[in-house]
Formats: sequence, structure tokens, C-alpha cells
Amino acid sequence: MSEQQVDNGKRRFLIAATTAVGGIAGVAVIAPFVMSMMPSQRAKAAGAPVEVDISKIEPGMLLAVAWQGKPVWVVNRTKTMLKDLPTNDSRLVDPKSEQEQQPPYAKNEFRSIKPEYLVVVGICTHLGCSPTYRPEMAPPDLGPKWDGGWFCPCHGSKYDLSARVYKDVPAPLNMVIPPHHYLSDTRILVGEGPKGA
Amino acid sequence: MSTMQKLVGWIDDRFPLTSNWKTHLSEYYAPKNFNFWYFFGSLALLVLVLQIVTGIFLTMNYKPDATLAFLSVEYIMRDVEWGWLIRYMHSTGASMFFVVVYLHMFRGLMYGSYRKPRELIWIFGMFLYLALMAEAFMGYLLPWGQMSYWGAQVIISLFGAIPVVGDALSTWIRGDYVVSDATLNRFFAFHVIALPLVLVGLVAAHIIALHEVGSNNPDGIEIKKHKDPVTHIPLDGIPFHPYYTVKDIMGVVVFLMVFTAIVFFAPEMGGWFLEPDNFIPANGLKTPEHIVPLWYFTPFYAILRAVPDKFMGVVAMGAAVVIMFFLPWLDRSKVKSIRYRGNLYKTILTLFVISFIGLGYLGTQAPTAVTTNIARVLSIIYFAFFLLMPWYTKIDKTKPEPERVTG
Repeated sequence: MSEQQVDNGKRRFLIAATTAVGGIAGVAVIAPFVMSMMPSQRAKAAGAPVEVDISKIEPGMLLAVAWQGKPVWVVNRTKTMLKDLPTNDSRLVDPKSEQEQQPPYAKNEFRSIKPEYLVVVGICTHLGCSPTYRPEMAPPDLGPKWDGGWFCPCHGSKYDLSARVYKDVPAPLNMVIPPHHYLSDTRILVGEGPKGA
Repeated sequence: MSTMQKLVGWIDDRFPLTSNWKTHLSEYYAPKNFNFWYFFGSLALLVLVLQIVTGIFLTMNYKPDATLAFLSVEYIMRDVEWGWLIRYMHSTGASMFFVVVYLHMFRGLMYGSYRKPRELIWIFGMFLYLALMAEAFMGYLLPWGQMSYWGAQVIISLFGAIPVVGDALSTWIRGDYVVSDATLNRFFAFHVIALPLVLVGLVAAHIIALHEVGSNNPDGIEIKKHKDPVTHIPLDGIPFHPYYTVKDIMGVVVFLMVFTAIVFFAPEMGGWFLEPDNFIPANGLKTPEHIVPLWYFTPFYAILRAVPDKFMGVVAMGAAVVIMFFLPWLDRSKVKSIRYRGNLYKTILTLFVISFIGLGYLGTQAPTAVTTNIARVLSIIYFAFFLLMPWYTKIDKTKPEPERVTG
């Protein structure tokens, strides 16, 4: 071997090129690991619509069913309950349901397809607890203005009987109305909107 | 030369055994005036070892599967030979880990152990604290009880408060749209392998940094300023081994008396170490009436609840932890140790301790209008302790530090 001049420019270029290519490959190989933590195909496929028989729900009662692992409530609201709902408007964050927390066909006064039957995902929009159903009027712990709704035991958020959130509580939004439609007068399908909606 | 010496010589030619022994033990000179506050570092190391050993034995019978997890824990408690002891050691160890770590951190606060040149020891320590919180949180999901489930649901939802990416991020953490088998399985992986490795690595970094600059002491002065002119050994230093190894054994004995008393007589600690609702299997349709994290998270939980806005609450909670990282640069006092600080600092430190304990208590209670307001006042004190530190440490009337340690 003859003595050669070291070409520092070429050496620096090769080091930079190798580092860059190796670095890109190193970062790229992180991707499959990160993506492996996303919901699997099976988890995505789960969450098929759930059929609910609503004929057995007495007026004022709540039925809880599981849909996609979440609690979904169907409440049979009484005439009095429905009559009281508009009186809450001034104390609510979003009384007109302007936020996208319900499908268009439930964007109305009662946040439901039929006024009496409220179908709602029973998860607090604050940190995901499931609030407690408190249909009674003015219980001592919730104050004289309470005319039924939900109270979240975790951080004290309050919702009215249309699952609309009250002001001055940690939860920012009304609870979510899931896509659903009526199969007949007594059966609904949760997880799928009406045809054409 | 004896056979033993020959063996050591053979190893030393191939591995720095004797030199490491000297650097970290027999010739690591620690200040001679350590008091009982200096037990908690070595006790934290002891609890780490206890948690790793008991954890290994628990994994031999535990099943990280949503349908089997709860029952496998009951199986360990009832049917596995001595399983109850190993499980109670692990659950008690988790809480005791935070007890010794909080006392260890408070020692650092009192004596200014985070100050120059020990900033990196403090930073590594803070990362250890973060990793420990993640480790405890993920471990708490594994028994798959009601508190496990809903605690995880709430904490993971905290990430959902981040604008734009929040929802996708919390789905990614769960690996599903709700806390489910996928979540349990990955938390098991993080809890038993990923985070313990991080913890052990950080402990090594924490100790290497400590042994590089040398230990602080209750006087907050540098013993390296006065060295023996011939041997270059600090005049106020004594070798860690045997002096402090023996002293620490005494600390270990007292600690184990407390630890075993809890394990044998009050493993649930009246609901503080193991919450009653966690003896009910996880049910995704029903949140327990009163949901709280374990006591070591409650100060931060109380801060979260004190803020009446979802995103800002999460920010305040995160800031309460992150702000501690900046302690070395917030403190402008001329002296390190509380012994030579003025009444102003002592008063504010006392208020800080009251606010931390007060928040911790309030975090365990159901929120009412009155307690929420108290939590707000305490949160302000908590943050004021850090944010006003550059000001009050500067104007505080300090006493002169001694040249040599005072025992």
C-alpha cells in the first residue's frame, strides 16, 4: 500500500451520508412498533350494532346496555321530565346542541328521535367515568334546582335529562348520542343510523 | 498470596472489581454528619429490589388477560403457597416506595441537595419519580378490579384533553376504544419489563452522578474544600463502607419492622394501600360511587379537580410535577441548608408541606364547594412555593455557613 493523502472532505461526506441513511432507517423501524399499539383489526371489527328491546322500560327508568364496550343508556322520559327540560336552558353550556355530540337526526330539542326515549353513551365528557342516574327532584346533595339528570361521582360534572352538561362543572361537552334507529316501536338498534341518514 | 487474593487478582486483570469496590464503597468518602434523613436513599434501593423480586414471583401465577386477571390475583391470595405474603409484600412495597421517595425528596429540599453541582442528580431523581409513578399506575391496573379499571380510564382520558391529537393519543395508549384486554396486556408488558429496566438504568445514573460530585450533607457545605494535604481525602469525609453501610443496616432494620407490621397486620391500611372497591371485578358499565387514586397521586389529583376547565386542569396537574425539575435554577439563596436559611424560607417551606399534605388529603375526599375552594388556595400555595422562589430565597436573611461540618 502506498501512502495516500486522506481526503477529509470525502470522509466527512461518507460519514454524514451513512449517518443520515442509517438514521432514517432507524426512525423508520420505529413505525411498525408504534403502529402495533394501535387498535388491532379485531378491535376495530368489534363494536357491532346492538339491538335493544325498549318495551320493558318503565317511564322514568334507565336501561344500560354495552355497545363497543361502553355503557349505552336508554331512558324512558316521562311527560313531566320532558316539560322541565327547556327550563334548564340558561344553566347549560350547549342547550341547543350545537357541538357535534349527536347525529343530525338527534339534533333537536330533546336530543332524540322520539322525544321520550333518550339514547346516550353513558360516559362523562370530562375524564370518561360513567355518571350516576339521579332522576329525583331536588335531592339534598344536588340542590333545590335539580330536576333530574346525571351526576358524575369522579369530578362532580352534572347533566340534565337530555344529557346536556351544566355550566361550571369540569366536563366541557354534552354526552354523546350514538347512531341509532328504530327497528319497530319497541326495538332499537344502537350503532347504526336510520337509512339515508 | 492466598487463593482468595489470587482469584481477586485474576478478576481484576479482566474486570475492574477492586477499583469499583473502592470508588463506590470503601473509598467513597461521604460527609461524617449524615442524620436519619439519609436513610431514605438506600431504603428506596431496598424497596426497588423487594418489588423486583416479589414481582417476578407474582408473574409466575398472574394472568394478564381481562377474563382471568382478577381471578388469578385471588388464586395467588388463596391457593398459591405463601402467595398472600408475596402479593401483600408487593402491594405494601408500592406504597412504601412512595413513602421513602417522598421523604428522600423532602431531605433534598431541606438541605439544598439539588443545588449546584448536583443539578443532574436531582434531574435523574425526578425522572425516577416520573418512571415510578408510571410503574405504580400501570401496576394498579393489573388486578383488574373496579378501581383499577376506572382509575386507568380517568388517567388515560387525561391525554384526551390535549387539543387535536388527544383522542387519537388516548386510543393509541389503550389499544382500543375503551380500557380493555389490549390495555391490560400492554400495561403488564410495561409494568414487568419496560419500566423496571428504565428504573434500574436511572438508579445507576443517579448514583454515578452522586459519586462523581460527592454527597451533600445537613450543613449544605462542600467537604471537598478541605482535604488532607497528603492523602487528598476530605477531612470531614468517612468511607461509605463500613461506616454508612452499617448505619444503613440499622435504618433497614427499623424500616423492615414497620414494613412487616403492615404486611402482617394491616396490608390494606384501612383502604389507603388497597382500596375496597378494587375487590370488585372491573365493570365497564358502572363507575364506583367514589373514585380516587391511591394516596401517592392524590395531591396532583386534587390540583386537577381544583381547576374548573378540562384542559387547564390537566395542564396544572402536569405542571405541578414538571415544575419540580427546575428547582436547582429557581433557588437563588446564598446557602443550601435549611440550618442557615432565614425564617422566611422556613415559613414558606412549612406552608408548602401543609399544602402538599392538605392536597393529598382533599384528593381522597369527594369534592364539595368548600373543599374545592380550599384545594384552590392550597394549589396556589403549591405553585407559589416554586414560582416565587427566585424572589424569596434572595431576600431571605441567611446565616453564615460554617467552614467545616458541624455534626
